[in-house]
Order: sequence, then structure tokens, then C-alpha cells
Amino acid sequence: MHRPFRPTRFGPGRPDILGILAGASAAAALAMAILLPVETASADSEARFRPVDDPKVKAECGACHMAFPAGMLPAASWQRIMAGLPDHFGEDASLDDAARREIADWLVAGAARPGSRVAGGMPADGTVLRITDTPWWIREHRGEVRPGAFEDPKVGSKANCTACHRDAARGNFDDD
Amino acid sequence: MTRSRLLAPLAVTAALVAGTALAAGPRDTLLAGYAAAAGAPASAARGEAFFTATHAGGKPDTPSCTACHGTDPRSAGRTRAGKPIEPMAVSANPARFTDPDKVEKWFRRNCNSVLGRECSAAEKADVIAWLAGR
Repeated sequence: MHRPFRPTRFGPGRPDILGILAGASAAAALAMAILLPVETASADSEARFRPVDDPKVKAECGACHMAFPAGMLPAASWQRIMAGLPDHFGEDASLDDAARREIADWLVAGAARPGSRVAGGMPADGTVLRITDTPWWIREHRGEVRPGAFEDPKVGSKANCTACHRDAARGNFDDD
Repeated sequence: MTRSRLLAPLAVTAALVAGTALAAGPRDTLLAGYAAAAGAPASAARGEAFFTATHAGGKPDTPSCTACHGTDPRSAGRTRAGKPIEPMAVSANPARFTDPDKVEKWFRRNCNSVLGRECSAAEKADVIAWLAGR
């Protein structure tokens, strides 16, 4: 999914049939992506996540940044984040206890499982708190993002996923 | 004097009070509440100075309200994570300061971030008074 599309790889002289085949398989892949429920797709797709569909989580976590999918961090990281909201990456994001517990439970329930693609290579103690500090995130963005893109005023922050991943709110980060 | 003669002026007064409260709306009620708690009328000028000042004691990334809200309250601001913040000026965003829970929540969080403490009732009243007139 992450290899750039290179139309020239087919070589000159016979682009038509291959072009049609490529188009057909792309259409088939697209149809699969649309037809497959997100949960199933996430098992084999590189960058599909269950989107945040809980209204409370969406409203509270999405107030300052995109509400990040629970599957982007392991449970221990979510627990530490939710225990430290008064200093949330340099800002007070405190919540009342009931809301905090409800959101923490939702995030932990959907967290990346130990040894999974996202949680792999991470210390199990929850010391990695930023999604952008996970080995998975770093690997996915290495060499794919033009230098300076995150500092672009239109982007502003690595946390601004939707600046590049247009369909991020629906859990689709495949568009790179 | 009959009972009805006694009650009639009371009923008129009650209707007037209720009418005023309705006309005033939730923002005026909220502002009046903060001013009453402060024990002094709100000052829009003080509110502007407070909103635009650089404060000490808060978190390093957020030394002022304007760090995220921007210097023109009629324009959108932006969070450090890159998400737009609707304008704070009531003229640009009439829903501002109409939900007391939301107002309290964000004053609590943002005053802690910017000043390292909660804001006083007087500071809240001043800021709302300024933004309500913008």
C-alpha cells in the first residue's frame, strides 16, 4: 500500500492492456476496501483503524486535536495519558472523574494489542505517550513525508493527521 | 386593601423580572454572576489587557491566551495540535459564553495552562465583557 505508483514500470509499447489490468485491480481493491468492514480490514491493511465512534470520546478528545483511534497506542500508554490530563503534552486537559474514567475505558478496550504491528517494539510500561513517538509511526512516515512538511504553517503539528490524511476521521490513513 | 390588590403589583414585578432575564439571555446572566462573585462591575478594557498579555507561571508553550486564540478575537485561532478554534468574539460567534459548564471547563483548563492557576471571577467577568462587545 505504501509503494508509490509507477506507471513507467510497465515499459513502453504495451501500456494499454496492463493499464486496464492495473485499473481493474485498483478498482477491485477499492471495492474490497469499501465493502469490508473496518474491523476486518484493519487486520491486513497497513493503515486502517476503527475510527472514534463514541460521542463522548469524539467530543472530548477531539476538542483540541483529531480524536485519535484507540488502536494507535497500547493500553498502558492510554492509561498513563488519561492519568495525566492536567499536564497533557503541555496543556491542562483535565476532565471530571466520570468522563475521564469513561473515556479511559473506551481507549483501553480498543488499544493496540501487545506484539501487534502498532505496539510491536514498544516498551510495555506505557512510557511512549505520543503516537508520533511509536516505532510504528516513525517507520510509516520515514522517507514518505517531504522535509519541512510538519513545520508547514498549514500543517502546524505532527498531531494534525488530517492535514495530509484526508480520510483520517474515518480511520483511513492509507492515502500516502 | 384586598388580597388581589396586594398581589397585582407583585405579579407585574415578577413578570418584569422574568422578561428581563429572558431578554438578557444566558451570557448576560453568566457575566452578571461572575461580576457579583467578584463584587465589582466587569471591565472590558481590563479584559482586553488580560487576554492579550503575556503571563508568567503557566506552561511554557502557552504564555498567553493569544498563543492559541490569536490576536484578533474575531478570527479563528488554532490549537497547538493544528486544529482551528472558533472565534472568541461574540460578534463572530454568537454561541460564545452561553453554556456555563463549557465556560467553566475552558477557563479552568486554559487559565491553568496560561497562568498556572485558576482565573478569578473578576478576570472571567472582564474577559467575557470584552469579548461580548467585540
